[in-house]
Amino acid sequence: MSARRIFARPARLAAIAPYLWMVLFFLVPFGFVLKISLSQTAIAQPPYTPVFDFAEGRAALAAAFAQLSFDNFRLLLQDNLYILSYLRSLVVAATSTLILLLIGYPIAYGMARLPQRWQGVAMMLVIVPFWTSFLIRIYAWINILQHDGLLNQVLLTLHIVSAPVVWLSTDSAMYLGIVYSYLPFMILPLYATLSKMDASLLEAAGDLGASPRQAFWLVTFPLSLPGVGAGALLCFIPIVGEFVIPDLLAGSNTLMIGQTLWLEFFTNKDWPVASAAAVALLLLLVPPLVLYDRLQRRQLEAGR
Amino acid sequence: MARAATRLTRFNMTSLAAGLAFLYLPIVILVIYSFNASRLVTVWGGWSLRWYHEFFNDRAMLDAAWMSLSVAAVSATLATLLGTLAAVGLARGERFRGRALFSGMLYSPLVMPEVISGLSLLLLFVALNAERGFWTVTIAHTTLTMCFVTVVVQSRLTALDRSLEEAAMDLGCDPVRAFLMVTLPLIVPAIVAGWMLAFTLSLDDVVIASFTTGPGSATLPIRIYSEVRLGVKPEINAICTLVIAMIAVVIVIASFASKLSSSQAESAAPL
Repeated sequence: MSARRIFARPARLAAIAPYLWMVLFFLVPFGFVLKISLSQTAIAQPPYTPVFDFAEGRAALAAAFAQLSFDNFRLLLQDNLYILSYLRSLVVAATSTLILLLIGYPIAYGMARLPQRWQGVAMMLVIVPFWTSFLIRIYAWINILQHDGLLNQVLLTLHIVSAPVVWLSTDSAMYLGIVYSYLPFMILPLYATLSKMDASLLEAAGDLGASPRQAFWLVTFPLSLPGVGAGALLCFIPIVGEFVIPDLLAGSNTLMIGQTLWLEFFTNKDWPVASAAAVALLLLLVPPLVLYDRLQRRQLEAGR
Repeated sequence: MARAATRLTRFNMTSLAAGLAFLYLPIVILVIYSFNASRLVTVWGGWSLRWYHEFFNDRAMLDAAWMSLSVAAVSATLATLLGTLAAVGLARGERFRGRALFSGMLYSPLVMPEVISGLSLLLLFVALNAERGFWTVTIAHTTLTMCFVTVVVQSRLTALDRSLEEAAMDLGCDPVRAFLMVTLPLIVPAIVAGWMLAFTLSLDDVVIASFTTGPGSATLPIRIYSEVRLGVKPEINAICTLVIAMIAVVIVIASFASKLSSSQAESAAPL
């Protein structure tokens, strides 16, 4: 038997504890979300009527299946509020991802062209804000954007505007907050593909008469598409479910789905509807998640 | 002439500088204003430590800060233990039944919206009739952050030269001894970096903690969040600056740790 195979057995044993932990605290909870999304709302503590009890055995379980209630999902489909907030989440996530790409690409491109010894420093500088508290970074923007904040003071002093502009509680503030928070997630995968690119390809394009601009669009950009895809999905997926940024920076006209879920749960105390919204949000995220997984796997195979 | 294609242009430099300024300027402004003597956040009234003094006399805030620090320390330690074991299983376990499910469970929390993770864990705790507070938040944070630890440690283990372990076993070590004597010392920097990442992520979280905590045991981010919803307060600037300072210390330690390990691969980069 090879050393690798002897090594593999205790390694698998090591995985048992984390395996059980993830089953108990990650997988099983989704079962509860599903279960409660199919129950009735009740004014009680906890505020729902359980549809079935696992303790009552198989017969009770079978009987309970007959009376599962899809009312909460029907409500999601019928009530405009939910459909609108789903649409808004998708629009906000798509728009932010596009802006992130437009801003992140030139930065990643600049990083990849730095002299080798500066690239590590630049990467560190991009990563550090990711470590800094995300809530604090949003709060920092509230400082700047508020009515008598720094931005309005600067604009007034420079006579660009004559009266303070309302920045907070607008969509522009929300987009700014999202772009600011997710920028490292866009830059890092882009930089990873751009920095691995073979420079001789560009030289060859130049030798064959391509202008730098042509070389960029015909060589660099197509080769960086895997990075573009990874960065876009890495931003798009969590932004769809984002709660804190829209809650602190956006206006209260249309809510994103994360906010709707929060509202149903904490304010309306309607746990079944909140759970149904969570299930629906999860279903919405399955296609991009599968796409992301496939992209990662293809890159791993290409790397071999 | 050939170098022209890969030269650093003025456009490259400008976009890089503008991007970094965009990332850092708001934080710098926040830190500067935390030393502002004036009650009005936007009027400069000279340098002062007044708001730090205020924070250290704010019982509720201090309690929340203490709660956050203990949750972060305990959950990061648990997450590092479990995450390292999971990384060993994935990187060295070869093929085993349930592997796809295992890696799926470990990778999906990385992008899962926090409202879903928070809600699902709360429903579990309610079903188990667990009293909500310190331990429920700690378990929730452990579950989320152990996935990040797994990614960091696993990439280090994959990059490691396996012939070292095999040599140790050829020389008569059993697998466990070979791991403890040869592999473990080599991945310690990644484990340290994983702990730091787990600690800062736990210290940062507001959504999952809001779902899983009980009445009377708010974490610092929950307190900050509810204050921020009411508007800007100079005391919050001071608290945020303290948190930033602490995270900066953590980053410096983590980057030293990953520098120690970078002799073999760049894998220790956070995330």
